[in-house]
Amino acid sequence: MDKVIIVIGAAAVVCFILWWFFGKRKTTEMEANMSDRSQEVTVTVKGGYTPNTVVLKQGVPAKIVFDRKDPSGCFNEVVFPDFGIHETLPVNELYPIKIDTSKPGEYQYACGMNMFHGKVVIK
Amino acid sequence: MSVKNRFIISLLFSLPMLFEMVAHPLFGWELPGHTYTMFALTTVVMIVGAWPFIRTAMAAFRNHHANMDTLIAIGTSTAYIYSIYAMLNHQQVFFEVAAFVITFILLGQLFEEMTKGRANSAIEKLLGLQAKDAEVLRDGEYVSVLLASVQPGDILRVKPGQKIAVDGVITEGSSTIDEAMVTGESMPVAKKTGDAVIGSTINKTGTFLFEATKVGSDTLLAHIVEMVKKAQASRAPIQKTVDTISNIFVPTVLILAILTFVVWYVFLDAAAATALMYAVAVLIIACPCALGLATPTALMVGAGRGAKMGILIKNGEVLEAANDIQTVIFDKTGTITLGKPVVTDVVGDEKAVLQLAASLEHPSEHPLATAILDKVDQLGIKIQKVTKFRAVEGQGVTAEIDSVPAFVGNTTLLSGRLDTTLEKEMQRLQGEAKTVVIVGSNKKPIGLIAIQDTPKETSAAAITTLKKRGYRTVMITGDNERVARAIADLVGIDEVFAEVLPSDKADHVTSLQSRGKVAFVGDGINDAPALAAADLGIAMGSGTDIAIESGGIVLVKNDLRDVARALTLSQKTFGRIKLNLFWAFIYNMLGIPIAAGAFAWAGLTLSPELAGLAMAFSSVSVVSSSLLLNRAKL
Repeated sequence: MDKVIIVIGAAAVVCFILWWFFGKRKTTEMEANMSDRSQEVTVTVKGGYTPNTVVLKQGVPAKIVFDRKDPSGCFNEVVFPDFGIHETLPVNELYPIKIDTSKPGEYQYACGMNMFHGKVVIK
Repeated sequence: MSVKNRFIISLLFSLPMLFEMVAHPLFGWELPGHTYTMFALTTVVMIVGAWPFIRTAMAAFRNHHANMDTLIAIGTSTAYIYSIYAMLNHQQVFFEVAAFVITFILLGQLFEEMTKGRANSAIEKLLGLQAKDAEVLRDGEYVSVLLASVQPGDILRVKPGQKIAVDGVITEGSSTIDEAMVTGESMPVAKKTGDAVIGSTINKTGTFLFEATKVGSDTLLAHIVEMVKKAQASRAPIQKTVDTISNIFVPTVLILAILTFVVWYVFLDAAAATALMYAVAVLIIACPCALGLATPTALMVGAGRGAKMGILIKNGEVLEAANDIQTVIFDKTGTITLGKPVVTDVVGDEKAVLQLAASLEHPSEHPLATAILDKVDQLGIKIQKVTKFRAVEGQGVTAEIDSVPAFVGNTTLLSGRLDTTLEKEMQRLQGEAKTVVIVGSNKKPIGLIAIQDTPKETSAAAITTLKKRGYRTVMITGDNERVARAIADLVGIDEVFAEVLPSDKADHVTSLQSRGKVAFVGDGINDAPALAAADLGIAMGSGTDIAIESGGIVLVKNDLRDVARALTLSQKTFGRIKLNLFWAFIYNMLGIPIAAGAFAWAGLTLSPELAGLAMAFSSVSVVSSSLLLNRAKL
């Protein structure tokens, strides 16, 4: 009898995993704060990048400030392959990274091992 | 707490359990308080060693993410919590499993940090080359100032053994300069007034003054560092497939672990504890990191090694493109050849002919005159004073030396005809596509000088190497067929396209692409469209004149042999990426079934501790494999 319960329980957990990790979900999106001739947005690094997508205005000098709260080795580095940025993020410190906003488009970034992803939209 | 400290504490608290594991079967020795002591020791390891993994895993979980930390956290927590349950019910416990796995994984991360630091050292080394200060002329005196305060236009003094602070042009003095650190050129280069110097190179012999032209982020070294950084951060297209896999990797492994437990416990009637250990081993052995590290570490080492040799690779895409190039197309002037005419032959009394020619050409600005004057400079021949200098359009120059009329030019300046010996020589030299001038005194010819834009010393060797490796070599030039053919024959080019207008070069590149992927090698300034049209653009620069944006690969040195080296380096780096990915896949493909007990019937199983050890060293082995690129033969 307990084996039946285990099979049912396992099936339920598998379904939950599929739904939790692969189910379609809205990503958090945020627009940068504009001040005179510059824009800035803070991304919190804790088990992922929050907000996951930041929206920047084209042609306005921009900074993404990374606030790394997670000491996990996975987040040691942040890599923007399109911009050639490869920086080491300090823990519990604000770390601004300048973004070239001259060309509109969607740019992915990721942690050093390419496990966690974030997105920059320039429009 | 640093990974190192976490590792040390985890190790210290794991050691008593390791000791018991060895001593128990041999001497029947047990830790005092056996189960409860193990519980206490492991609890410390869990708090110090495992808690950061668990915290990240939970944060990631809330974001609908899962990564390596998720697997470690679930794996070790399962072993730990089950053991507490077993301890309370007086059954067999597995505290040591959790403690050992954490210790091994931390050891692996420690190694990974160390090796990754080494893979990334190229950039730091380049930046470390910069001079700290410079001697600058201020108010008539040379004062030592910090590098940052040097401005373009400043006059700087450099003594032997000192570093040249910024890019500039020598205004006074001469020296030999060791440029190896920036261009990869191993021989010191002689420089004199008017020559460009590169910042961060080392002055060897003489003291000289130079005017700063580029400072800060405009210098060649700064450009190189920037380009290497970009290359190291870029991704190869092959990574896209890997990304798809790593995105579903961790959840898939979680499901596999659940299935492992169910199959063992429900269908194979194994004890709950045994089934659980198989499931934990699956969670622990799976290593998404090895997949994630395969490309970036190889790219980092490859791009860094290239930079040391003066070969700058723009990004990962270039590496893939370089992999199946079949044809290498060269621009002629400045790429295969030196790009300026030099004296190749002198017929007649060499000294007399050159002295007369140089004396006459001295006031002229014709490029041929420059070639003759350079030659005379080299041989140390003195120039005589001339009077009544006259340049005759399309013919040459005439003047008088000690009241004797003399001339340098073509046959129209002769009153009669050349004698048969000179005539024959002239025809032979012209057959070799050289420009021939006649030198005469008192209306009689005394000799001939042949001038040509000659191939660089290394061009023939470079083409031979490429042909040996199976590349087809092609030359495109705006020059006439005869000159082009002569140069092509000298260096051994397979195919020639002559009289091609600069604007048509790109079209020729495109038409050659129908026969396979092509690389175009040009100077980066005039050849930008052709460089862009080719599958792989290789821009050659000489020193500071590099147009770094124009090519996929930029050769800092003006040496054609670097083309073969660059292609080999790209192929080796790309090959290493593929090898790394292959091992990372195979490791997981084999490791997961073994850990799940799929080969238990053959006696092949993996305890969670061993799985932890294997997982720890799979990432280290990928990074080490990338580091081996530093030793690959090029």
